[in-house]
Amino acid sequence: MHNFEYQAVATLDEAVQLLEQHRGKARLLAGGTDLIDQMRIGRHTPEFVIDVKKIAELNRLDLATDGLYVGAAVPCYRITGHTELSRQYAALSDSCCIIGGIQIQSRATLGGNLCNSGPAADSIPAMIALGGSCLIRGPAGSRELPIESFCTAPSKNVLQAGELVVEIRFPPRAPRSGSHYRRMIPRNEMDIAVVGVGASVELDESLSHFVSVRVGLGAVAPTPLLAGAVADALAGQPVNGSSFARAAEIARQSIAPITDMRGTREYRIHATGVMVQRVLEMAVARARGEDANYRVGH
Amino acid sequence: MTGWGVGMGKRIVQITVNGDTTEFLCEPRQTLLEVLRNTLELTGTKEGCSNGNCGACTVLMNGLPVVSCLVLAVEAAGAEVRTIEGVARGSHLDEVQSAFLEGAALQCGICTPGFIMQAEALLARNPQPTEEEIRFYLAGNLCRCTGYDKIVRAVQRAAQLRQAAQQNGRS
Repeated sequence: MHNFEYQAVATLDEAVQLLEQHRGKARLLAGGTDLIDQMRIGRHTPEFVIDVKKIAELNRLDLATDGLYVGAAVPCYRITGHTELSRQYAALSDSCCIIGGIQIQSRATLGGNLCNSGPAADSIPAMIALGGSCLIRGPAGSRELPIESFCTAPSKNVLQAGELVVEIRFPPRAPRSGSHYRRMIPRNEMDIAVVGVGASVELDESLSHFVSVRVGLGAVAPTPLLAGAVADALAGQPVNGSSFARAAEIARQSIAPITDMRGTREYRIHATGVMVQRVLEMAVARARGEDANYRVGH
Repeated sequence: MTGWGVGMGKRIVQITVNGDTTEFLCEPRQTLLEVLRNTLELTGTKEGCSNGNCGACTVLMNGLPVVSCLVLAVEAAGAEVRTIEGVARGSHLDEVQSAFLEGAALQCGICTPGFIMQAEALLARNPQPTEEEIRFYLAGNLCRCTGYDKIVRAVQRAAQLRQAAQQNGRS
């Protein structure tokens, strides 16, 4: 690995100041599970590595009445180990328990998964489905934007020089709501999504109609997507097979997948429809409080 | 504070390894794996892929299993690290080690220290795991020899041995 300087900072101001000072030549380190490998293979050769995981704001994990706040440096294991969070924001926990193996989850962070901005990042479709937004801090102050607006291309995002993601915020869960994230991979674990689908649904009092639906799609376009047309088509519709099939068809039309070693474009289009149906069914089961014991990888 | 300091070049990092507090000199670019093996001469932790896929270099850092190839040594400042060298109690193998040995859950042995550390982490969190839970928890550890079945059975056996030892300890 190339030589670099390293500093662990304790405050947001220090992080922003160092990013400014080493403009374009610094990278942030949180869990390191992407950065250290990227530096080893020479994809990134920063002169300065700023370790941000000791900043208090980036370690916040608050499930409050006004929503969920997850600091950007909170590792996956803290999310999956939080029982009430995992119940209310199941899609997020579903995604974090399949990012790498257990060793990776000890270190890998939600902010890191977002900022690496991989098209197949597991947590991003889940965050999109749950209506997440990210708080960004930079030299000019703070700004907040929806997760679906964050990634701009593979490994690219909206962050400007000197900016970092501080936390990810989610609105409170509505009554009779449920969510799920699942990915298609050829094995049960330790793989990269061929297709990843996150969904969140809110049902009416009779539990028979959708009030609202949000679907996030991964690995089927240059960035994770919000399938807005699925939401529009399902709002107010009955919960039945034809609604699920309609959602699947619209999702298939919303994507622009590539052919690569993990699957062909045609396969990804087909699998997207299948996964959207299955994920919606699970989200509905959870919204109804049915025994929806999801076995990871199955 | 150790592990701090600006300026290129080496810095002093203090950590606790297997209960002993120690200091070492390292460059920021060195991984915990490199320092464990080359500086502290704890060569029980193995280097496999060095990109986080194989789990051979698994150690416990503050009780959590991590792949030491994806940790900078400077990040470990102040941490408690447990390696394979810290598993046996004197000359007595612990239950996981005994079960691997008795069950022949290894062939070439390169992956074994990583599997044992990961199994220790699992049993600390979940003393009676199901086969499915064992397979999921050990998914980040690769073995090219055994086909995994003997490893899974060894972890099941270790769970039984540990439970029996604890019950004997209580009675």
